[in-house]
Amino acid sequence: MAGYKEICAKEGSIKAMSGAGMAYDRVKLVRSGKRPTGVDYIHAIFKGFIEFHGDRRYRDDPAVVGGIARLNGSPVTVIAIEKGHTARERAWRNFGAPHPEGYRKALRLMKQAEKFGRPVICLIDTSGAYCGVGAEERGQGQAIAENLMELSTLCVPVISILIGEGGSGGALALGVADRVWMLQNAVYSVISPEGCASILWKDASKAEAAAASLKLTAEDAKGLGIVERILSEKDIGKKEFYDRIRTLLAEELSTLSGDLDLVGKRYERFRKLGGCL
Amino acid sequence: MAAPVQQDEGEPEKNCPNCHKDIPLSRLWANDLVCSCGYHFRMKARQRIKMLVDKGSFEELYTDWKAGNPLNFPGYQDKAETVRAASGEKEAVICGTARIGKHPCCLFVMEPYFMMGSMGSAVGEKITSLFEYAAVHRLPVIGFTVSGGARMQEGLLSLMQMAKTSAAIKRHSDAGLLYLAVLTDPTTGGVTASFAMEADIILAEPGATVGFAGRRVIEQTTKKSLPNNFQKSEFVLEHGFIDSIVSRSAQRKQLAELLSLHGGI
Repeated sequence: MAGYKEICAKEGSIKAMSGAGMAYDRVKLVRSGKRPTGVDYIHAIFKGFIEFHGDRRYRDDPAVVGGIARLNGSPVTVIAIEKGHTARERAWRNFGAPHPEGYRKALRLMKQAEKFGRPVICLIDTSGAYCGVGAEERGQGQAIAENLMELSTLCVPVISILIGEGGSGGALALGVADRVWMLQNAVYSVISPEGCASILWKDASKAEAAAASLKLTAEDAKGLGIVERILSEKDIGKKEFYDRIRTLLAEELSTLSGDLDLVGKRYERFRKLGGCL
Repeated sequence: MAAPVQQDEGEPEKNCPNCHKDIPLSRLWANDLVCSCGYHFRMKARQRIKMLVDKGSFEELYTDWKAGNPLNFPGYQDKAETVRAASGEKEAVICGTARIGKHPCCLFVMEPYFMMGSMGSAVGEKITSLFEYAAVHRLPVIGFTVSGGARMQEGLLSLMQMAKTSAAIKRHSDAGLLYLAVLTDPTTGGVTASFAMEADIILAEPGATVGFAGRRVIEQTTKKSLPNNFQKSEFVLEHGFIDSIVSRSAQRKQLAELLSLHGGI
């Protein structure tokens, strides 16, 4: 699989990534394991992060990292789906595929944020909620459903940023927000291109065509009204990059914090997505 | 050896996947598509509505609403039109108001013979609108789910229906109103991860597959073979995610009683 630099080099620059295979190139790029992960963002953007563990019901899911920190001095709750960097860490974090307890931990921290009036920032990077026996036994569907329902009326500002892969319901469980932003090369999709190709065309090798048809790029998602802002990847991983995001977050939170109809507007934000003929 | 029971000339039969006996279709229909062994066959939404509601009480809402092809997904338009012609339905869910045992309610019933009840924008829009209608008119909602999951041909817009329906259900719930779901075979993917699991009371039909990820996907991911009852409603009951399993013949009475217990007339 081509790495981050190779894929960037292929088209001269990230910005120039386009053409027929562009969507699938981005899928490969965000899966490459060579990009910053949730924890990198947490430490670079926020100060004094204190991690909180566990869902208080079953166990602590290492695929979801959450806690409180300061954004320009103000307390915020930060929750990230974390893929990890080294082979060992990636395996421990289940490659960023959360179990139900990961979603329940996230919800616990969101409700805690609501109680103490802190905004919530979610960083999303997952191929999807984990598909396994334990996950089913412990109600993966129920855990995601509960997050969708509870997030829809959470009384504090929520901003979600897709930093890499946005894999279906497992990503959406942290993505019912007042503002949803996407990194330039992040992808957000209802199904993996391989899964889509194998179900529809009985041929996983048609993933490239599926990726293009699924309209999973940041530009597509913005065009559909699903995200508000595309974040440039210029200097990705460097101080300037994180400084930019911090500034944007602080600005947006100051706007959202003064909004007395936050929950009503969040309802309308999702209400208008996808109509009928 | 006993002589085989003489069937009427040309009487069509259906083989039961559970007891492997051939059952005359007329008998199956008379028994609400349940085999004498207890196996529940899939049922068309309109037949189910007829079985459940007080005669003549169903008034359909959003009759003509159907999905477009918002992403211009290759082949989707043709497929949807073919399914519409074959099923006689415009979309994978039927919504309306009805009375069950004289108790008024809003009702949605998903259609297994329309792209296996897949949830696209139209399904999401219809269910969301129904919960909004129910909140305005202070009505309980009864929903029968059957779904292979989100409709991938509508990409992210179908994913967003999970959030949209969930938000409408939350508003209905916060208004103190009852939502009762009955999960039928199969209820999976994005529907399980949204409105199927968000009801105050969750019932299921016997033997229904209820889960998030597909069985084959889990087998491929974990490289383990799974027990036969994995993700069956009995398994889901045992793990604490549904309230009760109710066979088809008992559903009408059970639903009427539950509506009555929650302040129905």
